[in-house]
Amino acid sequence: MTHSAHASDRLNHAGGPVPGTEGTRFGFFTDTSVCIGCKACEVACKEWNQVPERTDTGFTGDSMDNTGDLGADAWRHVAFIEQPRGHDAMPRAGLGPLVGGEARSAGNGRAGLEWFGQDPGLPPGAHGAEAIPQLPIFNGEPASPAEDGFRWLMSSDVCKHCSEAACLEVCPTGAIFYTEFDTVVVQDDVCNGCGYCVTACPYGVIERRSPGQPGGGGAFKCTLCYDRMKGNQQPACAQACPTDSIQFGPLEELRARADVRAEELIGAGVPGVQLYGHDQGDGVGGNGAFFLLLDEPEVYGLPPDPVTPTRNLGEIWRWVGVAAAGVVAAAGAAVLGGDR
Amino acid sequence: MGSNMAENHPVGFQWVMEAKNRGARILHVDPRFTRTSAMADTYVPLRPGTDIAFLGGLIHHILEGEHDFRDYVLPYTNASHIIDDEVQLPDDLDGVFSGYDPGSKTYDDRSWQYAGDAPDVHAAAGDRINDLVGDDGRDPARDPDAGTPPPGADPEGGEGSAAAFEGGSIGNVGDIERDETLQHPRCVYQLLKRHYASYTPAAVASICGISEQRFLSVAEALVHNSGRERTSAIVYSVGWTQHTTGAQNIRAASIVQLLLGNVGRPGGGILALRGHASIQGSTDVPTLYDLLPGYLPMPTGDKHQDLETYAQRTTAAKGFWSLTPTYLISLLKAWWGGHATPDNDFRFDHLPRITGDHSAYQTTLDMLDGKVHGYMLFGQNPVVGSANSRLHRMALAELDWLVVRDLTMIESATFWHDGPEIDAGELVTEDIGTEVFFLPAAAHVEKDGTFTNTQRLLQWHQAAVSPKHDARSDLWFAYHLGRRIRAKLDGSITYRTRDLPLHELTWDYPVEGPHEEPDAAAVLREINGWDAEGRPLSGFSELRDDGSTACGCWIYCGSYAQGVNQTFRRTAWTEMGPAAQEWGWAWPMDRRMLYNRASADPDGRPWSERKAYIWWDEQAGRWTGLDTPDFAPEMAPHHRPEADATGIAALGGDDPFLMQADGKGWLWAPSGVVDGPLPTHYEPHESPVQNPLHGSAQANPMRQIRPHEHNPDNPSPPDPEAATYPYAATSYRIAEHHTAGGMSRFQSRLSELAKEMFVEVHPEVAAERGLTHGGWATIVSSRTAIEARVMVTERMAPLVVDGRRRHQVGLPYHWGHGGIATGDPANDLFSVVLDPNVHIQEVKAATCDILPGRRPRDHRLRELVEAHRRDPVASRRAHLADAVTADGGSPQAGKARTR
Ligand code: SF4
Repeated sequence: MTHSAHASDRLNHAGGPVPGTEGTRFGFFTDTSVCIGCKACEVACKEWNQVPERTDTGFTGDSMDNTGDLGADAWRHVAFIEQPRGHDAMPRAGLGPLVGGEARSAGNGRAGLEWFGQDPGLPPGAHGAEAIPQLPIFNGEPASPAEDGFRWLMSSDVCKHCSEAACLEVCPTGAIFYTEFDTVVVQDDVCNGCGYCVTACPYGVIERRSPGQPGGGGAFKCTLCYDRMKGNQQPACAQACPTDSIQFGPLEELRARADVRAEELIGAGVPGVQLYGHDQGDGVGGNGAFFLLLDEPEVYGLPPDPVTPTRNLGEIWRWVGVAAAGVVAAAGAAVLGGDR
Repeated sequence: MGSNMAENHPVGFQWVMEAKNRGARILHVDPRFTRTSAMADTYVPLRPGTDIAFLGGLIHHILEGEHDFRDYVLPYTNASHIIDDEVQLPDDLDGVFSGYDPGSKTYDDRSWQYAGDAPDVHAAAGDRINDLVGDDGRDPARDPDAGTPPPGADPEGGEGSAAAFEGGSIGNVGDIERDETLQHPRCVYQLLKRHYASYTPAAVASICGISEQRFLSVAEALVHNSGRERTSAIVYSVGWTQHTTGAQNIRAASIVQLLLGNVGRPGGGILALRGHASIQGSTDVPTLYDLLPGYLPMPTGDKHQDLETYAQRTTAAKGFWSLTPTYLISLLKAWWGGHATPDNDFRFDHLPRITGDHSAYQTTLDMLDGKVHGYMLFGQNPVVGSANSRLHRMALAELDWLVVRDLTMIESATFWHDGPEIDAGELVTEDIGTEVFFLPAAAHVEKDGTFTNTQRLLQWHQAAVSPKHDARSDLWFAYHLGRRIRAKLDGSITYRTRDLPLHELTWDYPVEGPHEEPDAAAVLREINGWDAEGRPLSGFSELRDDGSTACGCWIYCGSYAQGVNQTFRRTAWTEMGPAAQEWGWAWPMDRRMLYNRASADPDGRPWSERKAYIWWDEQAGRWTGLDTPDFAPEMAPHHRPEADATGIAALGGDDPFLMQADGKGWLWAPSGVVDGPLPTHYEPHESPVQNPLHGSAQANPMRQIRPHEHNPDNPSPPDPEAATYPYAATSYRIAEHHTAGGMSRFQSRLSELAKEMFVEVHPEVAAERGLTHGGWATIVSSRTAIEARVMVTERMAPLVVDGRRRHQVGLPYHWGHGGIATGDPANDLFSVVLDPNVHIQEVKAATCDILPGRRPRDHRLRELVEAHRRDPVASRRAHLADAVTADGGSPQAGKARTR
């Protein structure tokens, strides 16, 4: 975005890091309270980073989300959460939560039919719509959607660029490293595809790409547009975001800004406001990409207490032994096969 | 209202979010809870097609509580004007205004005129088909026999010929009878009060399906946020226009805004968000059959024999339209240069004439009757994007040849071998005689040119990359097509007759590069115009009617002032004032806000410091402020025109609405709107509900119906068969796709975001009809049936209408059978029925039924449609039985997420 650019002497007018800022920790502050769910971030990310199309998704029924989750082929993922109104009087016809769970039947019509006690073959106009109970539409007569209890939350998820990055710590080849901007990046040409990072990541962010795709077999995730940063540009998603939901900058400035924003929203009575990944004392030492949420992290599919599995170091070292063997095997395969 | 700005105009919506951040309150009134609603402070649903009831309720609320901004309303609107003593309102005449002739279904607007001896006033906008003055001095706009208004339409997701013929004469209002006390029973203020007396909160609640409190929360918010210190803006999109009452929806909003003093003032206004990029540009320099550039009427075969008769019939005595001949002669000079001379009428005869309705919908119907042989589609995909898209496929199959210029191989180019009618056996490829030529087009990033956006702002864009392969710009195509045709006709025996307009055309733009791409800036220079010495003009006041100036579009005159491409100005916002006057160029004359004289009080002082914008500088003796004044720059606030004054001099110093015949904002429209001087609630052409206000006028009596075997109607009340299609159907777009899909469904990045057509229903509809979330449904109308994946969501709020729960079925319309993301086109379900003012299709409110499971692909599709029409009850039973045994499809599990 460009319009209300937050001043920082470490960013140029285009929002990218100015030369000489190497050593500064840069990151994202994703303010989900202003996300409009346009998915420009997803598309801009894919365009810039040439991330392949996801082949495993069609119509998911999960609100407007057909991306599903973060992975090798989705480095930004916009979650859509419909929180139903709390009106008790509304007949739910046994449906339960409607969106986001498994596809579910309206009881093949049965639950609803029983509830309405009518033959569905009859049009409401023809058969006594009187059978349909006349209920208040909304409880109260609230003045805002929030007061209705109905909310449609949207949030653009991304790699957290942890202070203590589990993926990096378990990577046996050193393919994953901290850049000069303190971001976490996988080197495609070093990664051997062992996949330890995949299981280590407490957020389920990093993933191996399917064979057959460019770089297939290797692990991929958001690079915070390392290449763009080196060229003094801001990451593609942040530039594309029309509402400033995705903000890029020096992390400490973002943190200060997030504190102010959270205060503002809480002061305005917005329910559920909390910062996520902001606390440097959490299980991953805080995130380089953190969020302002409007509900508990679980609601957005985020783990409430992510932990870098360093406390299981012994176990990890055993795995590294296996990994080393893997490297040898992979190297052999590369020699024999000509490529990975 | 009627807009899903966050999804369909996300880039513009950043400013709404910016305003919200600065404390603005966002109210969203729309049938569906969308991503826009999610961002709003207040969301209020309403039943599709009841916007006038809601807005009428606002007018009622403002007038009953005397909340109008009286200091603004009295001097700046026609509230005090007294109307003809023959006038009658729909409450007196069972649903229609005085002047209605049920036989011809037309209005005579004589009784809508101002009382007194003032000459009849002409609208600054709207009905512009008829000339201002007939041969016999009769006013054809008022005489139903004097001309048949041909409809014009921009069908695909379009907005009709929203163009205005600003044919007003700025008259001396001294002759109009007025009552400044607003007590006279026939003054506009009292007529408004009477007309909207029945639009009480209870009535609004009952018609729109919401509670009174929810309605009142909006009414009170607007009232509190208007006045000297504060203003409110209304944003609408095609959710308002695509109705048989489309123009009246916007009229109703104008009345609200005029009463609250929200027009011509910063932070106010009515903002139309257009359906595509540069739709505004395509009416300014029009792609509409009945207009020449700058809203000059296209000459008609019967009435405009020569320049003199055209000038007579289209020139107003006063105001800007007193210069019609100047604009037209300058246009003729731009087109035929040295060949256009005074003794040959400046080649007026080279202009084509219209002889009837040549609009896209009528032309499509004419194809079916074998009257049209060839057709060219430029960036349009009617077999997906136009109402009753099935009818369009049937029609294209009747052509001899079809040229499709588009980015990708859209359905309109392939329907003859892979369309749904081929599957269903209704069309057979071998029998289709249409020869289709597909020509790849360059995208906007591959060519230079301008976009004109909704605020009349022209912005230049440069080619970033060259088009690939054979793709060429539209400018390239048009230029070289003209050049080649001219070469082919060189030496023809019709050289001096039929072909002369082509040979004499100034068709000499410089070209560059290996493909000989014409210079787009040269075209803009021609549109801007030049004088006899070839010097660029700096504004339309320099135009002359003696042939010494050439100008391709008078309202764009000034866009290349001083030989500089003004549309390419790009000053940073930090470096210029709040009106951003050094960014691009706005017509007319770089005025960023129209009617901005109204931002000052009658004495020329800002209404408040906070809302200062344009004001009278006594010392300098001129208007000044943050923008170019949209007014005579040196006319003092208390100026009164001489009785015989003409043009701009005929304005009063407190007449901000300088294009209107009386200089006032029109609460009441004495002319220009063909279906009534005040907006009235009519049900949509197809509605599940009987009109609660006007029993015998169910739908707009002036709507344009197009009976055809491929265009049958769904029955509506009082027809008992209305229960066949019991749900309200509404079509819309989502953020993930672009209109008929040519720019999105063929790209993997966008397609994967929304691969499949889906239908949105409330849980109660799912229960009533046995639908499975994630499964399949078949949606049926009298036109055809389509299938879609089912999205069960509480966003589709049920509405209580007249004590009964009513549901709507939500149909995004992007998909077709081609591309990566495929699905049935929602527009197959809708009929061609049009608004009478701008001839736009009604696709935001119709009716349908919905059944579980997929539709048949073969001949059984027609059988299903017929069977449902004959016996909907049996049809529903049969489908439900199938669904119960077959489980209606194969729902795909969503990713489980704890909530
Ligand atoms: S984060 Fe920004 S770009 Fe992404 S969906 Fe939200 S508003 Fe759109």
